[in-house]
Order: sequence, then structure tokens, then C-alpha cells
Amino acid sequence: MSAATEVRAARRRRTAARTSLTQRATYPSWFYLPAGVLYLIFFAIPTFASFYFSLTRWTLFDVEFIGLENYVQFFSEPQLSRGFTNTLVYGFVTSGAKVVLGLALAVLLTSQLIGRGYLRSVVFFPVLVSTIGVGITFTALLDPFDGVVNTMLAAFGIDGPGWFTDPNMALLTIAAVDVWKGLGIATLIYIAGIVAIPQEYFEAARVDGAGRWQQFRSITLPLVQPATATVIILSLIGGLRSFDLIWATTGGGPGFTSDVIGSVIYKQYQAGFYGLSTAGNVILFLVVTGIMVPISILLNRKAVEL
Amino acid sequence: MSHAFRARSTRHRVVVAAAAVPLLVLAGCSSSGGDTGTTEITFLTTNDAPNPEVADALVEAFEAEHPDVSVSVEIRPGGAEGDNLIKTRLSTGEMADVFFYNSGSLLQALNPDSTLVNLSDEEWVGSLTEEFVPVVSTDNGTYGAPLGASFAGGIVYNKPLYEELGLTVPETWDDFMANNERIAAEGDGVAPVIQTYGETWTSQLFVLGDFANVTAVDPEWAEQYTAHQRFYADEPALLGFQHQQEVAEAGFFNEDFPSATFPDGARMVAEGEGVHYPMLSNVIQTILQNTPDAVDDIGFFALPATDAENTQATIWQPNAVYIPKSTEGAELEAAKEFVAFVNSEAGCDIQNELLPPAGPYAGTCEVLDSAPPLLDDIQAYFDAGKTANALEFISPVKGPNLEQATVEVGSQIRSAEDAAAFYDQDVEKQAKQLGLEGW
Repeated sequence: MSAATEVRAARRRRTAARTSLTQRATYPSWFYLPAGVLYLIFFAIPTFASFYFSLTRWTLFDVEFIGLENYVQFFSEPQLSRGFTNTLVYGFVTSGAKVVLGLALAVLLTSQLIGRGYLRSVVFFPVLVSTIGVGITFTALLDPFDGVVNTMLAAFGIDGPGWFTDPNMALLTIAAVDVWKGLGIATLIYIAGIVAIPQEYFEAARVDGAGRWQQFRSITLPLVQPATATVIILSLIGGLRSFDLIWATTGGGPGFTSDVIGSVIYKQYQAGFYGLSTAGNVILFLVVTGIMVPISILLNRKAVEL
Repeated sequence: MSHAFRARSTRHRVVVAAAAVPLLVLAGCSSSGGDTGTTEITFLTTNDAPNPEVADALVEAFEAEHPDVSVSVEIRPGGAEGDNLIKTRLSTGEMADVFFYNSGSLLQALNPDSTLVNLSDEEWVGSLTEEFVPVVSTDNGTYGAPLGASFAGGIVYNKPLYEELGLTVPETWDDFMANNERIAAEGDGVAPVIQTYGETWTSQLFVLGDFANVTAVDPEWAEQYTAHQRFYADEPALLGFQHQQEVAEAGFFNEDFPSATFPDGARMVAEGEGVHYPMLSNVIQTILQNTPDAVDDIGFFALPATDAENTQATIWQPNAVYIPKSTEGAELEAAKEFVAFVNSEAGCDIQNELLPPAGPYAGTCEVLDSAPPLLDDIQAYFDAGKTANALEFISPVKGPNLEQATVEVGSQIRSAEDAAAFYDQDVEKQAKQLGLEGW
């Protein structure tokens, strides 16, 4: 959540900078007040409170200040190193797949196609389904013994793997489900990006004898760069703090093999180690910020250059 | 643009006003309608069968006896999710007037002295067994009344298959493995040992159910463990992990063990798809509900120790009902009456009918002749004096990740020694959180 806030804040700053050039204060600044109060109560105060509670041993019933011990404990947590690697793998795999597949689908769905509107809604549909619902559904579909998928594979004589139960596959299976579910947003953003490219460029290219691939390489790809930046930022943040889908499908298992930082933190909450898990959240906040701020700056600088 | 904005904002105001009117009316209604002389209390139970049914039956019978009290039932999830909910509701003072929860170490984590009503002066306290009193008490008082009977942790097995293969109940670990060997060789595809890691908590029985055997070898183990002087990474406690690994490596598990669930396991042992299910004896309640015809086919024996003389049954004390400090006045009186009712004659009838005992009762209730035969197997361990309470009732130290560690051992992701060492590390957090000495 804090990461999303960070991006939102960054975007607001940018918008503010842009508007101050074009028009001067159309609205009085006290218009900021309602949003400011909400932001203060629901984001700023809890964020700072969490910094304090992360330095305590907190049972909800009483609080004892213990300095940095929670951080020491959290970093010596054996699941954590695994969780860190898994988080990065999950974040980059889902983000990469969404960029590639989202762009491909968007190109397809902006071309002259029969039933284009229908296909667009089909691609977007999984986004509307609740993540927990998706998780439970896929757990049933991908059940290694009674699941529809493996039953169908068996009909072709293929011995389907234990999608969610094989320690080597669990994380990648969840990532695939995540891509299926989140692809609609990426596609939508790309469609908007492609549609916004003036047709004249393509006409000019065709006159010069450019083929479809050349048009894609030299016009579409560079000009959807802002869309790419948005897709990467959104999906990477989503991937790095992913939790709900993992929790609904494997619960971080088998054992700890598909644990990510989010699920490790949640398990500390469940166990009643409130101070420790708050420390985990502060770390997650720092990690996501540490990865996203440079990426966001990099991508936006590119966007401005264009 | 600003026009559009203003137009929308006016419409918005109308909508808000329209929405507010019925709310005000509703608020007026509820404040005038409450005072009819009945006391309303709430009872929070868990969502796993048959607990909601038990709660409904108890409430119905209680309301018939106490027409001036009305009880509404609330449902919560079980497991760690439920622990979290209980702690949150207690700390915010929003707990139901009576709630159903574990005894032993999980209760201690609720800090009962400051959150729960001391029930030491209630009449029923005198009837509790001496094993049960400490698991619902602190130095300052007794906080809970049992709901349901105690139960044992060990091997739940299919008796007809044992007869068919001519097997006898094993008294040592080697006997047990020999039985598994025979089942694998002659059992016609029947799984010697059932595991159900689709629900991770079920993976812990090899370790938790072995605890009575640990106590038999080292009577001071629990006390020393609480003082940070004994470890799972050392024998005898390590044996539980090693046994699980041994069975896994021998390939004795059912094929679908990574994804099977607890009800699957209950069905498999009931219908003879597997022979041994390391489980809590109250799995019989699930069997009674799902495959009632098989109840008489189910037997129980303790997880065997290395030496026959050390083989003992590990006993879990019943869960209990508690009253939070936030309940006061007339509600508190009504809540106390409800808690007493649970172990009254009418309450016991309901327990015997819907929660068939899988071990002896801890309060006034008595086991009926119609109780499942598995109970006789457990009673035999009591009669022989070969039982011990599970670790969670003697020591407050229990780590949150044992179930993941045992899934890893059973799935051969991690070795027994590694998992035991990991678990020793895992419990440190809990001990520190409780402020125990020596950690």
C-alpha cells in the first residue's frame, strides 16, 4: 500500500509541476484539505506509527520497546532469504510476462479483427474476478489428481505435474495464474497507448514501403513507451507485494517453497508477533521503494525525452 | 469542465441527503426497540463441522431453559487465522460475550489475567479433572469450562484391514514399520500411511503425537524445554521428525499426499483406502458425519516408541468456553449461566450426541455406551497409566511454523535434523514474546 502511495505521490508531484507551468492555481489550496485529512489519518499516521511499533515487542495487549531486535530477528528468519528471492523472481517474471503478452495482445486487438470488442472484453474479464476466487478456482482446476487440467492431460497420455504441490513448480504456477488474471489491465493500457499513436505515422511508413514488422519496431514500440512504463511500474509493484493469490493457492507451501515477503510477514501476524511483522512491513516498504523509485525515475526520464 | 463538475456535485449532494434519511429513521428505531426485558448475548464458535451445529443446539436448549436470555451465534475461522481474530477482538474490547477457544499454550497467549473473566468461584469448577484445571488457569484463577471431551493423538487405523492382513497393534516403532512393509507388499495398493498436506496442520502428528513417548524417556523434558535447556534437534524429541522422514523415504504415503485434505484422510481410513492415519482421535467426529457406517471399523493406537515400555498415548485436553472482561452487568450474568449450561445435564446430552467423545471428558459429562469403539482403545491407555498431556498443555512454548517444517520433512524437501533445528529456532520468537526466562 505504501508503495502505491509512493507512486501516487510521485505522479502527483509530476502533475503539479506540469500544471504550474500552464495555469496558475485555478482552485484555492484549501481544496486539498479533505484529501489531505484522509491521507493524514489513513496513510501518514499509520505509517509513522508502524515505524514505532516495529521497534517494540507488541502483543496487542502490551508494548515493550526493544530497539532494533525485531529487525535482527527478521533478517535471521530462515524463510526470509527464500522469501526475498521468491519475491524478486515472482515480481520480475509476472511483470515481464505482462509486458510481452500484454503488448502482443494489444497489437492483435487493435488490428482489424472480427469480434474485436468481444475479444477485448474476454481478455479483460479475469481482472474483474476476485483474486481469492481465482486462487480457489485454480487450486481445484490444477489439483494434481482430480483437477480438470491433469485429467485432460492424462487423456493425451501426459502425466501432469503437481502444479501447486511440486516444490519446484509452485511459485511459477502461481506466477502464471497471476499473469492470466492481471493481463487484462496491461492489455488495456497498451490498447490505449497504441490507439493514441497518430495514424499518419503508419500511413507515411506504408508510403515508404515499411512492412508490418518494421512499423511495429519503429513506430509502435517506441511510441507506446509511456504505456510500457506504466505497465512495468504497476505490475512490478503488484508483483513485489503480492500476497493474496499466493495465500489462496499454496499458503506459501509446500513447506516454505513459495513464500514471498508478504506471506512471511502475514505469518508473523497470524502467530501474534505484531512488532516483528510490523518490522517486516517496514522492510517491505523500503525494499519496494528502493526498487521502484529508481525504475520509475528511469522510465519517466525516457518518456520525457520522447 | 467546471460546469460539469458543479452539476455533478449538486446531484451528489441530493443523493447523499436521500441516503441519509432512511439511516436516521433506522437509528431512531433501534434505539427505542431494545428494552423488552431480554438480555442479549453472543457466542463465538469456530466454522469447522460440527462446531456450528453444536453451538446452535446448545443455544436452542439454553434459550428454552432461560426465556429471558437470547443468544446469537457468531462463527470464526479456525487455525492461525482464528487466533489472530480472537486476539484482535479481545484487545479492542469487542469480543463476543462467550467464546470457544483452545486451552493450554494458545490460551496463555491471550494473557487471560488481563483479558478474561475469572470463573474460579463458579460451581462447575469443582467437577473439573485435575489434568484440565491447569490448562485453563493461571496463578490467579480459572478461566474456562470444557466443551467437548479430551482426545488422543496417535495412529487412527482401519481394523478390518488389520484383520484381513493378520496384523497386530505394534508396540515398537520397528513393529510399526514391519506392519507398513506387509501392507505395502500384500495390501493390494492400499496406502500404509495416510498423509494430507493439503491441510498443513495435519502433518504435525508424527512430532506432536510422539510427545508422550519423549516424556516417558525424559520426564523433565517439557520443563527443561520451557527453560531453553532441551531441544528438538536432540534425541529423544528428534525421533518424531526422524520417524516421519523414515516413512516418507520408504514411500509408504498415499499417492496424493501433497494435496489431500483432512476430510480426504478421514474418508481414506474409513473406507480402507489407507490403513494408518496419524491423527487426533477426534477425527472420528468427521468420520461419523461423512461415513457413519465406518465408525465401528476405526481403532486407535499410540505412536510407538523405540522401546515398547515407553509407548504412551499423547492426550489433548478439550477446548473451552471463556468470557471476556468486556462483558459486564446483566450480560455477564447471562454469559456465566450459559457457560454453566454447557456442562449441565442438557448440555452434556448435546455434547454426547453431536460431539461424540474421542477420549474421557474433563468435566461433569459422562461417556455413553453408544460412544464410538475407538474410545475403548484410548481408555485402555488411561487404565494402564500410559498417557501424558501434549506439550502445548505443559509448556507455553510453541512455534508457529512447525506445520511447514513437518510438511517439508514429509515431502522430503528438508531432512529431519534440519527441520528440528529450524523448529528450535522458530520457537524462540514465541518464548521471547512471552517474556520467558533463559531465552
